Amino acid sequence: MDELIEYGPYLWEGFQVNLGLSAVCAVLSLVLGTILVSMRVSPTPVLRAAGTAYVNIVRNTPLTLILAFSALGLSDQIGLVFSEEPSTNGFWLVVMGLSAYTACFVCEALRSGINTVPFGQAEAARAIGLTFSQSLRMIILPQAFRAVISPLGSVMIAMIKNTTVAIAAGYLADVAFKMKDTFDTTGVSIPIFIGIALAFMAVILPIGLFTGWLAKRLAVAR
Amino acid sequence: MTENGDATPLVRLEDVNKHFGNLHVLKDIQLTVDRGEVLVVIGPSGGGKSTLCRTINRLETIDSGTIVFDGEPLPAEGKALARLRSEVGMVFQSFNLFAHKTILENVTLGPIKVRGKARADAERRGMELLERVGIATQAEKYPAQLSGGQQQRTAIARALAMDPKMILFDEPTSALDPEMVQEVLDVMVGLARDGMTMVVVTHEMGFARRAANRVVFMADGQIVEENTPEEFFTNARTDRAKDFLSKILTH
Repeated sequence: MDELIEYGPYLWEGFQVNLGLSAVCAVLSLVLGTILVSMRVSPTPVLRAAGTAYVNIVRNTPLTLILAFSALGLSDQIGLVFSEEPSTNGFWLVVMGLSAYTACFVCEALRSGINTVPFGQAEAARAIGLTFSQSLRMIILPQAFRAVISPLGSVMIAMIKNTTVAIAAGYLADVAFKMKDTFDTTGVSIPIFIGIALAFMAVILPIGLFTGWLAKRLAVAR
Repeated sequence: MTENGDATPLVRLEDVNKHFGNLHVLKDIQLTVDRGEVLVVIGPSGGGKSTLCRTINRLETIDSGTIVFDGEPLPAEGKALARLRSEVGMVFQSFNLFAHKTILENVTLGPIKVRGKARADAERRGMELLERVGIATQAEKYPAQLSGGQQQRTAIARALAMDPKMILFDEPTSALDPEMVQEVLDVMVGLARDGMTMVVVTHEMGFARRAANRVVFMADGQIVEENTPEEFFTNARTDRAKDFLSKILTH
């Protein structure tokens, strides 16, 4: 217990990094996932093919590999640098890799949501003169989102926990790295394990409850 | 005889053919719809009636032939097609109201987003139309809270809100409980009286007799007979039509 109290502030600093990564990745992956699903249902074959290829490649690659590729491949080899400051650069490399990865799952959740919207509504939207993108934006996606709030919650929960592999991008600041660092100096500590697990649960449990409540509240009556 | 004195037909289909796989659903269709005309399309299931109706706003593409609307061939895609569709109202068998929008929002969406009308104007006009179809008191409800007949009347108001040059009705009463059919037909008869150009795929003889200028009988992808409603129902010329009518009129 003493280790947890002694290293608490140090670990808390790391946990805040996880929270920061989660917040930015949530926004980016929802935006990118929406763009991807729009591509996947678009009438343009090239966009459809590109969306499908992206999802199938990125979704089926291990996250640690994607993060390592972001850092070693894109940053070191190709020279994609977000910031001269290594820790800031690391943060954004993790954000990029994790958002790119999570967006695939957002896309697929939304795609199943689109399937819940009766096809006739898309026809009715076209019949009053809405363009494809208007009907997607105003009719299809709003209903698709409401249908998949719970699954999207699960995607976000997985993403939050996935921030703990940030170390794969060589970014040494998150709570998982700091835990390992602490264990290297003090030896393995059960209270530290439990403390970190509880911290994640404190963040994630409310998300599950909130999305469950929101899904009920926003359900589209048919 | 029409408001702008234009004698050319509003819609002209020439040699229209369409296949679904091996099935030849529209065979060399020739058809015109005059301005202000109410055309009823009748015939057995699978005869191509709905497909014909849906080709007019290009919800179904055609394989060959031409369709001319208001003097212009139907655009193939893009903005021009969206503009055409905004001028051709459509009422579906299954209503197809936007489930996440209120009744009033269903009616105002097109005018606001497609026509660029101000919200207040669109809502005023929307309420007038809901009044006209008899559901103004339901304006703030969602589609799932309304009966089928009320939903279909909303769909008619949604089509009218675009000030269309014509309205296509694809079996508008087939999905309704029997006691709700009449309220929808009454609205449609009212539109017909007001001079709206209408193509109506339906089995409702009563409507055809009361409101139609012309009946087109379709079977096996072909137009088998064109006639006035009275002549068609009492004295059909073709055996195929007589056979069909004997099946639906005897019970």
